[in-house]
Amino acid sequence: MTKAQVLTAAQTHGPVLVLDEPLSFWGAFEPRTGVILDVHHPERGAGVKGTILLMRESKGSGSAPGAIAEAIRLGTAPAAIILVTPDINLAIGAEVARTLYGRACAVLTVPEDDFSALRRMSHLHISAEGEITGETV
Amino acid sequence: MTLQLDDRAKAGLKGADGSALQLAFGLVVKAAEIMGAERLIPVSFAHLDACFYTGRAHVDFARFLLDNGAKLAVPTWTNNGVVSLADPSLRPSSDDPEAVSAASELMRLYAQLGCKPTWTCAPYQISGGPSFGNHIAVGESNAVAYYNAVVGARTNKYGAYLDVACALTGLAPDAGLHRDENRRAGLHFHTAGLLTEWHRDDIFAHLLGHHVGRTSGRRIPVITGLDRSTSKDALKAISSAVASSGGVELWHGVGVTPEAPELEAVFGQGESHVVTVDELRQAHKELSTGRDGPVDAVALGTPHFSLSEFEELIRLLDGRKIKAGLPFLVSTSRVVRELASAKGWVSELERAGVEVPVDVCTYYSPRVRGIRGRVMTNAAKWAYYAPGMLGVEVAFGSLKECVESAVRGEVWRDPRLWSLR
Repeated sequence: MTKAQVLTAAQTHGPVLVLDEPLSFWGAFEPRTGVILDVHHPERGAGVKGTILLMRESKGSGSAPGAIAEAIRLGTAPAAIILVTPDINLAIGAEVARTLYGRACAVLTVPEDDFSALRRMSHLHISAEGEITGETV
Repeated sequence: MTLQLDDRAKAGLKGADGSALQLAFGLVVKAAEIMGAERLIPVSFAHLDACFYTGRAHVDFARFLLDNGAKLAVPTWTNNGVVSLADPSLRPSSDDPEAVSAASELMRLYAQLGCKPTWTCAPYQISGGPSFGNHIAVGESNAVAYYNAVVGARTNKYGAYLDVACALTGLAPDAGLHRDENRRAGLHFHTAGLLTEWHRDDIFAHLLGHHVGRTSGRRIPVITGLDRSTSKDALKAISSAVASSGGVELWHGVGVTPEAPELEAVFGQGESHVVTVDELRQAHKELSTGRDGPVDAVALGTPHFSLSEFEELIRLLDGRKIKAGLPFLVSTSRVVRELASAKGWVSELERAGVEVPVDVCTYYSPRVRGIRGRVMTNAAKWAYYAPGMLGVEVAFGSLKECVESAVRGEVWRDPRLWSLR
């Protein structure tokens, strides 16, 4: 079991999707479909809906909170985002969506070592307190 | 040390001031915890990005605030919108009826909330804004850099919703660029070796800003050798370019910006670069994606055109007309357009074939018109984003080159400028 720092809390679970390059939720991601658009991104075309998204850091954009909130509203967002570097924009967007729509996307941070261990899992469960348990296929 | 909250914030978090303020306090506190702040500090001004429509969630957020009795705690101005409230004809709703109507609704909601409807990405060109030493909350990247660097006010780059939360609570986390110790420069650029002719041309600030931003990333640069009479327009160009090619939120210009009367005030020892003519030429190459040739449009006003830029445009046009059928767009704020109108400049420009849209950003009109091909601009920020956002080629040039090219219908290069060493 890994204990993460909780930026925005939600109890959830889902399949793991690892992004090796930082993703900007604004411009490089389409909230209407939940698909990564950025032609320069190695995971272009991947769908993030319902996944536990692992990426070390996010690419900053002042419009990212709106994009993540919109994806949560439309049900295309990840179930959770696990980062190494804390990201205020994602945490704020997820918190606003929880207030407006009654559902959230968990936003968590873990140390690098834990990140490397988590990325080997295929499915993760997350508690509202940030406890992460995983299973491999 | 953990975050200490006063009684007002504690009560607000529990919902004492209603659910809109409860959400706002929650967001400011969340940001403060993530940033490691020990307290919240009062801000005296905000400039909002959340009025820029990116989806229905933005409208729902603003509506939630209004329905739950939200009131702004500080004077709050607005960034440009996705549509023009002043001139709805700029974007026929047939273009995307749902988005056009939602974007207009969003702007009206923020006006209703009590914001001053400035609808501009260059709020510092309007009088009555913040001054030196004020703590403020700003979202737009070029305005963050300008307010921090040129005005000497203090803000971090506050993304959508958090900007509004700061405006509603009148508070921001005491962290980042609000604090003295985080405002020192991390690297130094020398420009004194460059010819005065470079320093005097309007293209210099854009090329220098692009180069400095790309080299600095998210660090704070200090520039020496700038002319003490460097214009506000040039300082705007540097602020906007360092924020787009890098993630710079504060820069210093020794003898030019208020926190850097001398180098030692902001910089000790560290990384140092001498800016060369080759680097300026390289910046120009990076900002021009296409070859020179026929021009399909000209887009100016990133960030929004100032009154003095209008004056210079009139001078350079010198009574001539833009080539027939060539779109020549100059984006600005309604306040600046009114000042330019009062001088007779807007009608003079319109007679010459220039359009002056207000309330909207410069990417907007070309997108709505479906402009393709080679677009000329004098703005490093526009040149940086337009190829990706609009799929156009960019011919980057000085203001004079833009005007001469627009009159001819073909990219014209200033032989005096490009023969400089």
